[in-house]
Order: sequence, then structure tokens, then C-alpha cells
Amino acid sequence: MSSKLRILVPVKRVIDYAVKPRVKSDRTGVETSGVKHSLNPFDELSIEEAVRLRERKQPVEDILAVSAGPAKCADTLRTAMAMGADRSIHVDVPEDKPLEPLGVAKLLKAIAEKEQSNLIILGKQAIDDDAGQTGQMLAGLLNWPQATQASKVSIDNDTVTVEREVDGGVETLRAKLPMIITTDLRLNEPRYASLPNIMKAKKKKLEKKTLGDYGVDATSRLKTIKVEEPPVRQGGGKVEDVDGMINRLKELGAI
Amino acid sequence: MLSIAGQSALRAIRAQSTPSALSSNFQSSSLARLLSTLAILEQRDGKLNSGSLGAVTAGGKLGGSVHGFIAGTSAKTVAQEASKIKGLEKVIAVENEAYDRGLPENWAPLLLENIKKGGYTHVIAAHSAFGKSLLPRLAALLDVQQISDVMNIEGEDTFVRPIYAGNAILTVQSTDPTKLLTVRQTSFAPAEIEGGSASVEDGIDPKTESSTEWISENLTKSDRPELASAEKVVSGGRGLKSKEEFDRLMPPLADALGAAIGASRAAVDSGFADNSLQVGQTGKNVAPQLYLAVGISGAIQHLAGMKDSKVIACINKDPDAPIFQVADVGLVGDLFERVPELTEKLKSQ
Repeated sequence: MSSKLRILVPVKRVIDYAVKPRVKSDRTGVETSGVKHSLNPFDELSIEEAVRLRERKQPVEDILAVSAGPAKCADTLRTAMAMGADRSIHVDVPEDKPLEPLGVAKLLKAIAEKEQSNLIILGKQAIDDDAGQTGQMLAGLLNWPQATQASKVSIDNDTVTVEREVDGGVETLRAKLPMIITTDLRLNEPRYASLPNIMKAKKKKLEKKTLGDYGVDATSRLKTIKVEEPPVRQGGGKVEDVDGMINRLKELGAI
Repeated sequence: MLSIAGQSALRAIRAQSTPSALSSNFQSSSLARLLSTLAILEQRDGKLNSGSLGAVTAGGKLGGSVHGFIAGTSAKTVAQEASKIKGLEKVIAVENEAYDRGLPENWAPLLLENIKKGGYTHVIAAHSAFGKSLLPRLAALLDVQQISDVMNIEGEDTFVRPIYAGNAILTVQSTDPTKLLTVRQTSFAPAEIEGGSASVEDGIDPKTESSTEWISENLTKSDRPELASAEKVVSGGRGLKSKEEFDRLMPPLADALGAAIGASRAAVDSGFADNSLQVGQTGKNVAPQLYLAVGISGAIQHLAGMKDSKVIACINKDPDAPIFQVADVGLVGDLFERVPELTEKLKSQ
């Protein structure tokens, strides 16, 4: 007997991938105000995969998108719903006290249990903190199987087969639902939300919640000491031809 | 012969001086006594993976004792090999084929038990596919906020790591009782595999069954150096136009230099190269002596994975491509002409 899929897709609002981040002059962080934000690219892949499972006639009962952060995360959730998520939950977290991956994982555990999710698809990393931890932490907290950096997912009844990207190639894993999957770039190509779907998404349900509603203590464990610009690399100028390149590389001791 | 004799003489001197060096260390710092690090070592088919030896180097920087950890079918044999790693005091081995595939579902409980027993203050793994998959799961079981891709250790609780694709460098202080780190392989050189004399001990095996079953793997076979640790890397991008051109131009150039082959995301997405060759924020980090970028514009996500290379060279027909801003040597030109010419001239040297 196959279970109905209740898919949970956590999404994060991050600075758009094409924007070059600027470090604040007081070295406390990266400038975020007045900067274009978007849905984390790896999370777009998660939504897309959930929607494709439904399109592949898997018994998808519910696709729930969740985001934790300031008020503007609602926009991110609308995007997720325009791409095909059925509904969403926005957990309000003040902008100046963002959750760490462990806090997010604890919150997601509480939500997954309340919503009876049996498949959670997360991005492999957020492109702002580059931690790459939340999915694995959540799998640990729930004691569910995990397949990170997925490039192919197939489901047959309750059995999930995942091809994942590893150093030097791919490996294939198999596990039973409930399960955690994190997405790699090769998994799929996310669709653009069409205008009619964007309009429809405005009517979909978006619940507002707080950390307190889930009884989650997400106290930060890490203290930011400072955030700095990386050392700037100076381009060494151009050479005229291939001989010039070989000579310069020799001077630099590179060949 | 001379060098071997020289080495063994050195070793003899070191062996004599070690006890006194240790005791003075202990007197000078009471902290050093309390610090103890577990470095997770990777093995494959009974051979140590040198990429994981950076964890030992990172542990050494902390100043306390460093123990290595190995699990798998021939863990005890590999542990004998690992006992010679310089800087290790002890190697803990768990021999059980259940751990061969590095599945986090049984590795996390395994490490949890051994960390509890050893009372470690720090646990370090390489920021490899294995470390990235395992350590956060373990961190959650320990209720600890792990720190990923550490580039520098500034103190027992203070660590430096890149954020925003390396466009900002974050220094954080951990308040957790146990610090879990994955360390950037290009920032911590592998520990030397000779000169140590660690004891080997059996670890605890909780024999937790993995809820995930390993089915198969398909690894790209290559005689070339491994990308992450290669001295030289030649990398191809969208400018190569097709898989045929990538395969025609890049391997001969790599062979002429003795280099590994990398690729930009654009090249991977377009199917020119395998995903495992991707260099960048979401692919591999490399920091070779020479990084030669061919037909790569230099998007920030790509620069994130290679800008710590010692010398960066590029060939690109667009003189305004961002790659020229970081390249030590830049050649503006058509890569379809320049790459074969460069390959020929390098071969004839």
C-alpha cells in the first residue's frame, strides 16, 4: 500500500544570486537593505521536484512551503505557491535575529510532525550562509533516512530511489518513506511562474505563525565576531600571445 | 639512500625531544590538557583518503591531543597505516562492513557513542561529500551548531569561514560545549603520513542499522590528478561551445601540463563535462599552483571555487570578462586557435 505524499518544502529568502554582496562598513554583516532578494536557487529546485512528482502521477496529497524569517518571506512563499505549492506557512522571525540551521531544523521538525509530512525536500545549501546543514540536521532530529545532493529522484510505492552527487561521480541510495532529500543543481530545471499562476497563488492559503506556536527554542549558538571583505586579487594584466603567456607563467613559477 | 638516512636521524632526534616538548606544552597551557579532538578519517577499499588528512592538521592547530577515527571492513589494517600519521596520539578503529559506504544513518550514532566515550571537545571532518552529509546529522544528535567549510582556526572556539560564495569572510565564536567542524581541504594541508606513532584502539560499535540502503555508484574514472588536490587545473566553460570541442581541446591541454580538468557550471549544465568536475560555490573548491580558465567569463559563483589559486591564467575572447580582473596572466583571443597552439608549445618544451 502506498502512502499519500505529504511533501514539505522549506524555502529561504536570500540575496539574489546575481548580486555581488557588500560587507557593511562596521563589519557586522552583509548589506541587505535595498538589495534584491529572491528564493534561494536550490529551494526552487525543491518546489519544482515536488510539483513534478505530482505531474508524474505520484499520489501527492499536499505540497506545503514553509519559510522562517521577516515579513518579506511572504513574497518568497507566494513565488513558491505560484510554482505549484498548495499552501504555505510563514514563521515570523525578526530580521536581526536570523535562525541558525540547527534552529531551522528544530522548527521544521515541529512543523513536519504537526503537518504529518512524509517527504521533505530541501535545497542542499542556502547561497547566503553556505552552511549546507539544515536537511541533514532535520533528518538526524527526526531519525529519518537522508539523501543529500540529489540529482534524480524516483518513487515506487513507499520506496524512494535517489541518485546523489558525490566526489568523483554519483551514487544511488534507496530508502523507505518518510525521508529527507536535498537538491543538487542537476535535479531539474525550475519553471517560471506564469502570470495566471501568480494570480492564483494570491488566493492560496498563507498561515502566519511564530516560533512560540511550535514551542521551539532556537537560541543562537554562534556569535558573529566580524564579517570582512575577502582579500582583493589584482589582475596581473594581459599578454599578447601564447608565447607571452608561457613566458609569464614561467616567471611566476606556475609551469 | 642519503635522504632516508637523514630522515631516520631526524626521527630519532624528534623521538628523544618529544617527551620534554610535551611536558613543557602541558605546563605552559592548562587548556591544552582539556582539549581533545577527534579527526574523522576517510578510507576507501582499505586505503586512507588523503583528502581527509586535513582534519588532522586542523586538529593540530587547536593544540590538544588529536585522535583519528576509522570505520569499515578493514578498519584495523587502515588504522595501522593511520597510526604513522604525524600528529595523531591514538587511532580508534571500528571494524564492521556496515560502515563501508559512509551512510550517515549508521555513522552518526557510531560517532555519537565514540565522542561520548572519548569526551572530545572538537570533532573535525573534511568538507567532502562524506563530511558534508554526515556532520550536520551528528551535530543535531549532539544538539550542536556545526561550522562548515572552516578556512582558519583562530582559537579553540573561534573559526573563520566564507559566506556568500566567498564574497565575505565570517569569523564566528561557538558557545557549544563540543565544536563540530568541517574543514576546507585547500586551507589545511594533509597531515604527513609518516613519522607518527599512534596507538590503535577498538572503538564502540553501537551497530545501528542504516535506514538507507546503498545500491550502486558510478564514479568517473580518470588517470589525471584528482581535481580537489591537483597542483594544476585547466578548466573549461561555455566558450567551448560543445562536448565534442571540450573533449577535443581540454584533455590534451591538461596532459601537456599534467593538470586535472575542471569546468564551470555553464559547461556542466550544457552537458560538456561531468557534474563532478564543476568548480565553484556549489561544486568543488580548488587552490592549485596554476588555474587556467578557458572560455570562462568568471561569474562570482565560479570565482568562489578558484580564487585562492596561486596563479590564475585565462584565455577568453571578451577582454571585458570579469575573469581578467583576477587573472595574473590573461590572453585575449579565440580559444579554438589559442588552446591548440598553447598545447603544442607546452608539449615541445
